[in-house]
Amino acid sequence: MSARSIFARPARLAAIAPYLWMVLFFLVPFGFVLKISLSQTAIAQPPYVPLFDLTAGWAAIKAALSELSLDNFKLLVSDSLYISSYLRSIFVAVTSTAILLLIGYPIAYGMARLPQRWQPIAMMLVIVPFWTSFLIRIYAWINILQHDGLLNKMLLALHIVSTPVVWLSTDTAMYIGIVYSYLPFMILPLYATLAKMDGALIEAASDLGASPGRAFWLVTFPLSLPGVGAGALLCFIPIVGEFVIPDLLAGSGSMMIGQTLWLEFFTNKDWPVASAAAVALLLLLIPPLLLYDRLQRRTLRGGG
Amino acid sequence: MTRRVNRISPFNITSLALGLAFLYLPIVILVIYSFNASRLVTVWGGWSLRWYTEFFNDRAMLDAAWMSLRVAAVSATVATLLGTLAAIGLARGERFKGRSLFSGMLYAPLVMPEVISGLSLLLLFVALSAERGFWTVTLAHTTLTMCFVTVVVQSRLASIDRSLEEAAMDLGCDPVRAFLSVTLPLIVPAIVAGWMLAFTLSLDDVVIASFTTGPGSATLPIRIYSEVRLGVKPQINAICTMVIALIAVVIVIASFASKLSSSQGESAAPL
Amino acid sequence: MTEESPEITPKADGIADPAKPEPPPQAPVSPAPQFELAADMPLLRIEGVGKTFGSFRAVDRLSLDIRAGEFFALLGPSGCGKTTLLRMLAGFETPDEGRILLGAKDIAQVPPHLRPVNMMFQNYALFPHLSVRDNIAFGLKRAGMARDEIATRVAEMVALVKLEGMEKRKPDQLSGGQKQRVALARSLARRPQVLLLDEPLAALDKKLRESTQLELMDLQRRLGMTFIIVTHDQEEAMTMASRIGVMDAGRLEQVATPRELYEAPHSRWVAEFIGDVNLFDGEVGWRENNRLLVTTREGVTLAVTEPRQRVTKATVCVAIRPEKVKLSRRAPVSDAANTHAINRLEGVVTDVSYLGGLTAYKVKLESGAVVRASVANTARLDIDAYLAGQRVMAWFAPDDCMVLEQ
Repeated sequence: MSARSIFARPARLAAIAPYLWMVLFFLVPFGFVLKISLSQTAIAQPPYVPLFDLTAGWAAIKAALSELSLDNFKLLVSDSLYISSYLRSIFVAVTSTAILLLIGYPIAYGMARLPQRWQPIAMMLVIVPFWTSFLIRIYAWINILQHDGLLNKMLLALHIVSTPVVWLSTDTAMYIGIVYSYLPFMILPLYATLAKMDGALIEAASDLGASPGRAFWLVTFPLSLPGVGAGALLCFIPIVGEFVIPDLLAGSGSMMIGQTLWLEFFTNKDWPVASAAAVALLLLLIPPLLLYDRLQRRTLRGGG
Repeated sequence: MTRRVNRISPFNITSLALGLAFLYLPIVILVIYSFNASRLVTVWGGWSLRWYTEFFNDRAMLDAAWMSLRVAAVSATVATLLGTLAAIGLARGERFKGRSLFSGMLYAPLVMPEVISGLSLLLLFVALSAERGFWTVTLAHTTLTMCFVTVVVQSRLASIDRSLEEAAMDLGCDPVRAFLSVTLPLIVPAIVAGWMLAFTLSLDDVVIASFTTGPGSATLPIRIYSEVRLGVKPQINAICTMVIALIAVVIVIASFASKLSSSQGESAAPL
Repeated sequence: MTEESPEITPKADGIADPAKPEPPPQAPVSPAPQFELAADMPLLRIEGVGKTFGSFRAVDRLSLDIRAGEFFALLGPSGCGKTTLLRMLAGFETPDEGRILLGAKDIAQVPPHLRPVNMMFQNYALFPHLSVRDNIAFGLKRAGMARDEIATRVAEMVALVKLEGMEKRKPDQLSGGQKQRVALARSLARRPQVLLLDEPLAALDKKLRESTQLELMDLQRRLGMTFIIVTHDQEEAMTMASRIGVMDAGRLEQVATPRELYEAPHSRWVAEFIGDVNLFDGEVGWRENNRLLVTTREGVTLAVTEPRQRVTKATVCVAIRPEKVKLSRRAPVSDAANTHAINRLEGVVTDVSYLGGLTAYKVKLESGAVVRASVANTARLDIDAYLAGQRVMAWFAPDDCMVLEQ
């Protein structure tokens, strides 16, 4: 036993309430999603059978278990709508993450190279937009990207284009929105790894004959890879399930999995299929989630 | 130790400036256009407050705003309490049974797509046959935002020198007293930051609220969202500007509060 | 003022203990032992204490007695278990085995907040949100002392560590030396029976460290308190402590006064750990009066004075401190009584390091062994200096040699 373990007991007691809360409102609901994804669609309120009924006892539960079916999942893999939205989600997330990396890295690098006393200010400036509403930021872009919005006006005034360009309801608009919304998530982990890097390493590299460019590729970049990984996963995972941005900015042609889920749920009132889509989305996210967890642990162990 | 002075290269400055412009310009434009007198959102018709007065005459919008504020205040407060307790458990509880499940449940919602969280909570509420409205949205928001509070408070707790607690025990405090008289005052800035984060996240959320609310109790983001789907309206610019102003005020007040409560050198990061 | 409490009260005064009557108030700066000890009884007795972390044996069945009023230093390399031992005395770690007796009471399982000992932390652990005054008063408030009593005691402590006028400052408005004083005042305020100091001077720069060492010693003498200090700095331990316990790998290698440690180490490890030393492994040849003749591995025969405790083994190690090795250009003039006894080693100077007060030489012997000698620079001009490459005679007296049997 030690002072830490004397401390640990009351600390664990403190965790009981949030523990129970998370079990009840996070873990248990997943059970419901899983269960309903395995049940039949019905035109009823709520629109699915069978409903979990504890009052009927074990027999009813057994009966309910026998009625579970994989029909919804069969639908997911057979209908091209679902498969294409699944693939599109992955494609959009990968593309956006790549763009975010290309834009975020120079910014994070610039921040880390700032004089020490300016760095907290720069970090504040990156974080503050994160505090303003996400929806409002998307809306702000609709303002700019609309047919006679500022962007088109500027392009016309500069004679870059002769007729207004259609921006809204395109993938371009969606990528702008995604990049805009997720940029802080990419910059902050990158900045964290770049800022704690010892400047003497670069000096050592140039002392040993590396040009600034080579010093970057041979020293800075490899050492920043944990930050790259963290930033990429921190963006990739939520983007896969993104709903609001593609819904507001992309065209109605093809949908991401989050949109499909929403459509099934709110428009088609097909809760079992929506639940099956949620389970499928979750399965897609488990590998990157585990990867992210491992990366975090390694960074923690590495004394970061 | 003195750190080498970083040289400011034109490339670094340019990339930073462009990045910040990209982050701020759209918001600035939105705020400016909220004062546009013209009904046409793209034509500048001089300065005016007409869209603000229009909002204050819009009963439905006001109700939604009031609902959102109440949800945000209640859920942020409960989330701060629960999140702080969870952070204490994770940061000071050492190893215990179910620890990795606990931290998993607290970290997953940070990146979990909102459509999944929203759908799963709705199915729970339906199964419990809870009436959907203020309380279900508040519950849902509490669940999501307490995870953010946990992260903020836990990282602050981790940065506190454990020998401070040992010193307090050495000077006669039992563990609980040591925590209350030494550790708690030091994490107040993080707790305040956590509350702010929870409040703004709740005020921001469309997806989870759409799933968990009932008919007749739409939150402000739900209303904004449905309006935005139909196109840009000057009134929405005004509402958005007010939301931004409200969040700015909350941040300023909270950072003052945390400065007052702790004049120690290190201040909590806003994230 | 008031007399000492005659009964055993194993708690600092002012700390409420329902089981025992309150001890009478003490003189402002009171001598430490608050109970009378039997003449041969130590204040603190550590008995077979062991502590293992995972598979790492931090403290290995260690026993040690510390007398009241002692300034005791635990000295050892990092990882030797000295800090773990100190933390077990403070109550931050609980021993896996053994007893820790304070007076007559075993405190091994008593949690830290109920122990009449206090600790000064290496990084001071000052509460950053509290002023100097509130930091010092912290432990007194916990003890349930009356408000005006606390004010008096804090003022007394502030005066003791010479921090008048700083009471309202926060820790981050203090210099390193001032922080150190606040930490000291805070840990002394409860008048612990034993004050534990964990590397208390490590964070100070060299000059400040030296003056603080003297102040700490002066304070300890005036208060008559028992101090146990943990340090890895042998100079610090030798300067301050009346006794030093040298630790290695969780065990006490030797417990002795600084002089004894340096001049009569028990083992080769201690001889090497404390200061510089020349070591010669060899076999005991023959005995003659109180002299031993040892033939070293290099084939040199050294005459050494047999220690009080007779050497029993055949294989020994002869140790000689560099400052006891003399150098000369020619063999020293033989003294009739000494002729056979003086150890003379002929060699060539290979290294000369001028260090100000003394000059350190390395002399390579014909056998290949290297002898280090340090010579005090008693004259300003370098008439006595030797040059690298010069042939010299290194010699030393049998009395200056230490014989180590391991």
